Amino acid sequence: MNGFMKDYFRKNGALMGWTLIILVGFWTVMLIILPQLYMFDLSFHPHLPPPEMGGPKDHYTLENYDYLVFGAPGNEDGYNKVDLLVFGRTLIAAAFVTIIDLMLCYPIAYFLGQTKGGGFVRILVLLLIIPYWINEILRAFAFRIIFGDSGVINEFLMLFAIIDSPIDFIRANVALYAGLGYAYILLMIFPMYNVIESLDRNQIEAARDMGASWVTIHRRIVIPYAKPGIASGCTMVFMLSAGALAAPQILGGPSSLWFTQLVYQWFNTGGNWPQASAYAIVLLVACLIIVLTVMRLFKVNMGDIGK
Amino acid sequence: MGSGVSVDLQDMWIKFGDFVAVREANVNIKGGDFFSFLGPSGCGKTTILRAVSGFLEPSAGNILIGGENMIGKGPNERPTALIFQNLALFPLMKVWENIAFSMEVRGASHGERRKRADELLDMIALTGQGDKLPSELSGGQKQRVAIARALCAEPDVLLLDEPLSALDLKLRQHMRTELREIQKRVGITFIYITHDQGEALTMSDNVAVMKAGIIDQIADGKSIYDDPATAFVASFVGENNCFRGEVSKIVNGEAVVDTNRTGLLRGRIASDAQGKLSVGDDVMMFIRPEALHLSEDGQESDTRILADVHHSEFEGQSYNVFLEGTEGKEMKMALTNRGEARLFDAGTSMAIKYDASQAVIVPAGELASE
Repeated sequence: MNGFMKDYFRKNGALMGWTLIILVGFWTVMLIILPQLYMFDLSFHPHLPPPEMGGPKDHYTLENYDYLVFGAPGNEDGYNKVDLLVFGRTLIAAAFVTIIDLMLCYPIAYFLGQTKGGGFVRILVLLLIIPYWINEILRAFAFRIIFGDSGVINEFLMLFAIIDSPIDFIRANVALYAGLGYAYILLMIFPMYNVIESLDRNQIEAARDMGASWVTIHRRIVIPYAKPGIASGCTMVFMLSAGALAAPQILGGPSSLWFTQLVYQWFNTGGNWPQASAYAIVLLVACLIIVLTVMRLFKVNMGDIGK
Repeated sequence: MGSGVSVDLQDMWIKFGDFVAVREANVNIKGGDFFSFLGPSGCGKTTILRAVSGFLEPSAGNILIGGENMIGKGPNERPTALIFQNLALFPLMKVWENIAFSMEVRGASHGERRKRADELLDMIALTGQGDKLPSELSGGQKQRVAIARALCAEPDVLLLDEPLSALDLKLRQHMRTELREIQKRVGITFIYITHDQGEALTMSDNVAVMKAGIIDQIADGKSIYDDPATAFVASFVGENNCFRGEVSKIVNGEAVVDTNRTGLLRGRIASDAQGKLSVGDDVMMFIRPEALHLSEDGQESDTRILADVHHSEFEGQSYNVFLEGTEGKEMKMALTNRGEARLFDAGTSMAIKYDASQAVIVPAGELASE
């Protein structure tokens, strides 16, 4: 046993020490690594009825991935355009939601982080948190009601004769973006708020004293400082938006499928787990690549995100 | 660089709600002066600095810099640069970018900025350290970078908010000399905030001593120390023995005070109190520990005190003798170490005396708390 482990056990005692190790181990191995590995493995198998799994017909194949890219065998288009389009649109939409959330949340996080009056900030934070006590499905339906044909917004706009006929927010995906953006807003605010709160106010005043405009202060001082928080928030919002299911299901327009809905269809309606696994793995890997690339571009280290 | 720009505070009040942070401040700071505001924490000295720099609007009164009224102008519109107590260097920018930040804001090119930053780095003896991050520098080096950053904006007035308080003693003393030299070299007005009387006295041309929002005295360091205007100044700056009593006689700028416990003592009336005292007034007389010495001749006089030694201690350059006079009146005497053994046993009775010109009489008032 090396020094670190000895130290760890001396600090926590044998019982507590082992309990922690077992719990964390169970969490990472049983709940995260093994299911993912199982899915990963499954995605390379053909779709077989359960009794035949592991039997003579079972073998490793790329057919599930092949299907996503090229469609069913004999497809004349050459590519599985429908699914690839959904895939691409999901990633772009998730990125869009992330950017909207970032633009909305940065000013809020800055305000919260730099306001000294403790009571007022606590009330604001509470007001941000309370809506999340309502479950996700209910919140999504609430957005449907707000954005519906006879919803609050349309009624309001028509009352003041700004529009003649209701705008179809659902078909235009406005409701979807709003719902997704709203769903993950806290995950964007809090990492940024945490970092900005520790920014020394004097740095901002020093910059002001030297004649810096607000834009310069944010560009040169606040944003570079808040970068780990921004990266952490964006990562979470992007990953979760791309992987969201309830909001696209309820708020999405009839013509805009979310990639997760395809995964869901393969798992449930289609009952084709290997195919579903392949789709899920592709989404996961694509998200990881995007996040890591963006982090590289903005020079954020993995370690910073944990801060 | 600009030089010799005066700063004037005229009837300036600063209030936060009902709390009066600064009361009717009237200060005229000459151009090119090293001027210090000295006072205990919470006395309003930082508030004054923030008002001069423009981060805070006074509730009433005017702030003139170089004769021009600054009321209504923001920090970036004033010819001042502020050095913060914690320096507030930008941790993610390189040292040279920190120094040249004010030029970056004005849109100067990379080459210009780098050139100027290198010049300033030479001036603060940090040549070649421009590409480091502030965190890679020592406390004293950071200090100098903060000064260079402030000077880069070519301010007419440099404002310093206790910038040495985070340094250790040796470095602090070194930086005092260095700050003073930089000020002489650039020739601009420095306004310095401190609660450390040593800093204020060693560096400043003039010092304003503050207490709870009120400026008690503005004078050069020697006058502050030798000729305090109020009981607060006398007790806050340096150590002092205080004798309270009533004026019993006034002659030629001197007065005899009937002290409560030590009898009749003669002293000099402070310049500020000249002509304002009359017989029967409640006054305080202050005698510094180093102004007391042993009376060898045994003659009775009104500048002689009888006391017993309570204990004495050796402090290197001096021996401190703690005395107990009549009715337990505590006094402290400092005797310069001239190589003779001078530790006194507790209980030794002795007569001490002082020169009347070194005992200063001011109207009775609030003392600085320890």
